[in-house]
Amino acid sequence: MFVGIDIGSRCIKVVALNGSGIEDFQIADTGFNPYERSLGMIKPYKAKRIVATGYGRHFAREDFADEVITEIKAHAIGTRYLFPNCRTIIDIGGQDSKAISLDENGRVIDFQMNDRCAAGTGKFLEIMARTLGFTIDEFGSQCMFADKVIRINSMCTVFAESEVVSLLAKKEDPKSIGLGLHKSIVERVSAMVSRIGVNDDIVISGGVGRNPCIKMLFEQKLGRKICAYIYPEIAGALGAAIAAMSGSYLNSC
Amino acid sequence: MTDYREMWKSLGLDLEAHDQLLAVIPQIYGDIYLSQEGRPEGMSYLDFVMSEIHGLRVKELNDLRASGGKVIGTFCLYVPEEIVLASGAVCVGICGGADWPSDEADRVLPRNLCPLIKSFMSFKLAKVCPYFESSDMIVGETTCDGKKKVYEVLGEYTNVYVMHTPQMKDGTSRQLWRTEVEKFKNKMEGLTGNKIDSDALARGIATVNAKRAALKRLNDMRKAVPTPISGKDALLIQQVAFYDDPIRFTEMVNKINDELEKRIAAGVGVADKDAPRILVSGCPMAIPNWKLHHIVESAGAVIVAEEACIGHRYFRDMVNETGIDTDEKLDAIADRYMKLDCACFTPNKERLDNILSLVKEYKADGVIHYSLQFCDPFTVEYASVEKTLKGAGIPVLKIETDYSMEDAGQLSTRVEAFLETIRETQGVVM
Repeated sequence: MFVGIDIGSRCIKVVALNGSGIEDFQIADTGFNPYERSLGMIKPYKAKRIVATGYGRHFAREDFADEVITEIKAHAIGTRYLFPNCRTIIDIGGQDSKAISLDENGRVIDFQMNDRCAAGTGKFLEIMARTLGFTIDEFGSQCMFADKVIRINSMCTVFAESEVVSLLAKKEDPKSIGLGLHKSIVERVSAMVSRIGVNDDIVISGGVGRNPCIKMLFEQKLGRKICAYIYPEIAGALGAAIAAMSGSYLNSC
Repeated sequence: MTDYREMWKSLGLDLEAHDQLLAVIPQIYGDIYLSQEGRPEGMSYLDFVMSEIHGLRVKELNDLRASGGKVIGTFCLYVPEEIVLASGAVCVGICGGADWPSDEADRVLPRNLCPLIKSFMSFKLAKVCPYFESSDMIVGETTCDGKKKVYEVLGEYTNVYVMHTPQMKDGTSRQLWRTEVEKFKNKMEGLTGNKIDSDALARGIATVNAKRAALKRLNDMRKAVPTPISGKDALLIQQVAFYDDPIRFTEMVNKINDELEKRIAAGVGVADKDAPRILVSGCPMAIPNWKLHHIVESAGAVIVAEEACIGHRYFRDMVNETGIDTDEKLDAIADRYMKLDCACFTPNKERLDNILSLVKEYKADGVIHYSLQFCDPFTVEYASVEKTLKGAGIPVLKIETDYSMEDAGQLSTRVEAFLETIRETQGVVM
């Protein structure tokens, strides 16, 4: 068994591979003790090798991981496994949003990553969904068919929240506000995508890949079809697991 | 260790705040520097300098002042050190590489300003930089809008003299700068009461040229594979070049150079032969700004050169020593400084050419373009740097940051991913 673990700011993902494919995977909240949580999640497997990625990769290396790779490389490997023709990855996770460009062999040739700011990340969507009274799972599907879009001007998550609150006070439709919020994420991340240049196939990974509204808005904005795996958040852990299996990552950081 | 508290008190430092500042440095220095393996023995001199960062050197400066000498504080390569030395005065770089006292600057400056400017203003307002408090005059320059305007604010707190630096390299700009050099010479004569004649200039030029030559020799050795000195150590040496007594410093650097020569002959290096070699290009990194170098080298790469003010821009060009009289020597000084390829110049193709040739000379596998937040000249110029490098097939990563550590996690992800792409193209393929 080869195990990949992606220790993200919001969720920890584990993928276990056997010789023929994905044997098992888990997704859990990172919680307040990511170290204990990670240990608990990898315990069930008799892992020959463990590769860690995500912001927690360094503590994992010190303790239980044989090797670590960055999220960028992990998403490239994992996404390419799921979509062999993928050339552009949009990865929106809890705290980070990234655009990754791959060459025809699947190697990372360029990437862009958000700065120290939550705008354009999954956390932003989560906070806004809560403010508007939606669960995170229904947020996209509820907002994507809103009658109109209400633009949100604030770039800052905290100020965007107060903007939303004042729009609610004006009795605006939460779905329309929500659509505007989805649009603001897509615009932010599209700017990153345009800096790396778009190549088909485009795949959206990370937890936000589950959100149908985000996917639809990206397709409108980029004028291209966007692919998404049914469990988009495990792409990084899957990439790490593949790295654990192939073993040729030895000189990686 | 010597007790310098009386000296600091007499300089008017805020002792309590200063204690807090000094308490942080040994910890950081230990983690970043002393933890390195295989350092050249000569680095013990730099360890000593750092252990005395606000001590011995400040005492030397104040001993000089007690005997009538003057100290000139600077922030920029554009201030001609040769002239300062020729007047019998001493040049020191002023604190500006840390955000510890940053809240102080917020009282008088806008928030969205480059961290270097905010830092030096904070050091002044918080009274925690003994170099600031030991300076008889601060020499500013008009290299960017932020600094240009901040010198007006700083002037309310200390004696500031501003040199009008050109932003183009045509004939009129050269003339302007030559006039400024002359005016600065007169200013220094007035301040020190010493006449700056041709012999004094010759001595000043020789001293600074020797310092630049020692740094050039040091950096030339970083071209070796494996490189005999870490980027962090080399950065530190280049940072201390702005503080230390120039003659002693030159001697100590040349001792390190002798040691590095032996290392190269014996094939000894600080990193694996195949560790990615990185050129850092962009903004200056004042002491104790070691953040990027530490992140990059902790990720297994080695930094082989700095295309920056603390780096090649400082030592690359010498002042021509063949000038006969004062006028010719001032000409030579003016000409040397006109060669600087700071991003404040327009157009600035020289910088692009220099980056490309450094990549080649130092066998760099990739370039990290470093800019301080809100540094317009360097952040804007990144676009042409990127175009030039990508056009030549050289990987480049842009980093825009400040002195805080809040983005260290993100930066290390970016840097590590950049190194992964470099390693993959080198053949370590998944």
